[in-house]
Amino acid sequence: MSLYSASRNDDTQALIRLRGLEVHFGPQRVLHNINLDVPRGQTLAVIGESGCGKTVLLKTIIGLIRPTSGSVCFDGRDLGDMNPDELAAERTRFGFVFQQAALFDSLTIGQNVAFPLRRHTDYAEDEIREIVMTRLAEVGLPASIVTKKPAELSGGMRKRVGLARALAMEPEVVLYDEPTTGLDPIMSDVINELILSTRRRHPVAGIVVTHDMRTAQKVADRVVMLYPLTRLEDEEPQVLYDGSPQEIEDASDTRVSQFVRGEARERLMELRQQNGM
Amino acid sequence: MATDANSSSWKPVDGDGFGSRLMNWAANWVADLGENVEKAILALGDIANFSLSTLWWLLARRPFKGTLLVNFYQIGVLSLPVVALTGVFIGMVLAVQSYTQFRMLGMETRMGAVINMSLVRELGPVLAATMLAGRVGSAMAAELGTMRVTEQIDALSAMGANPIHYLVVPRFLACLILIPALTTTADFMGVVGGAFYSIGLLDVDSHHYWENSRQFVGVFDLFSGLFKSLFFGAAIALIGCHRGFTCDPGAEGVGKAATGAFVLSFVVILFLDLILAILLEQFYVFLWPNGTSLV
Repeated sequence: MSLYSASRNDDTQALIRLRGLEVHFGPQRVLHNINLDVPRGQTLAVIGESGCGKTVLLKTIIGLIRPTSGSVCFDGRDLGDMNPDELAAERTRFGFVFQQAALFDSLTIGQNVAFPLRRHTDYAEDEIREIVMTRLAEVGLPASIVTKKPAELSGGMRKRVGLARALAMEPEVVLYDEPTTGLDPIMSDVINELILSTRRRHPVAGIVVTHDMRTAQKVADRVVMLYPLTRLEDEEPQVLYDGSPQEIEDASDTRVSQFVRGEARERLMELRQQNGM
Repeated sequence: MATDANSSSWKPVDGDGFGSRLMNWAANWVADLGENVEKAILALGDIANFSLSTLWWLLARRPFKGTLLVNFYQIGVLSLPVVALTGVFIGMVLAVQSYTQFRMLGMETRMGAVINMSLVRELGPVLAATMLAGRVGSAMAAELGTMRVTEQIDALSAMGANPIHYLVVPRFLACLILIPALTTTADFMGVVGGAFYSIGLLDVDSHHYWENSRQFVGVFDLFSGLFKSLFFGAAIALIGCHRGFTCDPGAEGVGKAATGAFVLSFVVILFLDLILAILLEQFYVFLWPNGTSLV
């Protein structure tokens, strides 16, 4: 194998590489010894119950949360070794779709989508306007929306604007934080379709944090299930499942199959016992 | 954390006797005190860090395009009416309060000196700063707090824009640059209000009223008021923005950030006022040891 192909192959294997990742908030441990590789072009779904550290994982990957120990490497470089300017530059290679869209209230929809372009490119206003219109059209929003403020839009529309903004810079990785939470089933599927069409249009890697199994099975090539550390035995790994979305239904671990089927079983009893009832 | 350290290293004394209860109470009191002191020190360190970071971004980079004018308008122009109104009323109140005493001594014309001196040295800067803390400081905390809670601040970082550079620097600059202008407005309107009430309504002799003012109120008095206002403006912006950035989740968190920003700003304004008054007094004595000034 030539040197070129070896290095390229290595790149393909891990655009994002997590090694021994630990995130603690004071005495509370949220992530413990996470090792994960996400290659270019792969869409990974991270599932797990609320509070298991899915969103923290996503924010650690983009450097919004500093790991307590361990490393996050993006394209071969450790985020912890970068200075603020380098980190800011690397972040333009990411698109982040926030749970509640996180659109800037004080800006119009057009200004929101144009924000990263104005910040990081020298495009003329005409070019920026054209890109904004294209991105909004891609997510199925009319041109008339650009002058509106985020507060005037519905939840589904805000999420789609959030997606358009995340894609404005044509990122190499798109991170989705609970993209379908709080939406009706039809709008949830619209978002799923948009994630798929984004992937078809731009060759991006994607990490989708969700607890919606329909989303995980529809958009992902690979599913990773995290489990809350407080509910694990001492030496158990936090990643309970790492494999294809098709095989997850047959997982041997009952906690995985229980989550996939959405069965509470003895959880209610456990929760009551925890609260001394 | 202090609590954890205390709770892990100290075990309550067993027994129901008065001595045991007293021991437990005293130990808890010491533990609580330690925890509060630690929290206060950490909070002070945090705001110092935040302030240094703001200064760094202020000096290292040009402000974001399009962020300055909006904040100048919101913070300066929209505060003008309320600051002017406060100035007029406080000038008139000073006239009302001082008139009886001065009339008893037959020195009504000295009211000009007292009213105008109080205004330019103390009341103008402090009241303009208080109004700004109430109108702008708490609004900044609420706005940035909402942005924190709704992940808009994270979104800024995720798009490679530093939130302190984008959000704090323009607000800090607007407060710092515009508070002397607002203080001047409060001073001027106070002088007008005091003169209107004294001369217009209480029939104090106009010539001597202004002559006394001119004689006693110097440029140094005006300067000291405006100089202090710069510190007040910086404190209002930094406290308001810091409270917003460190806002707890939920509507309650945003509400607490807004009221906390106002209360802390107000206390800090009064504290800074005292410290700066002492320092400026020393400076005055240093410049004019005989107590006379040319300005």
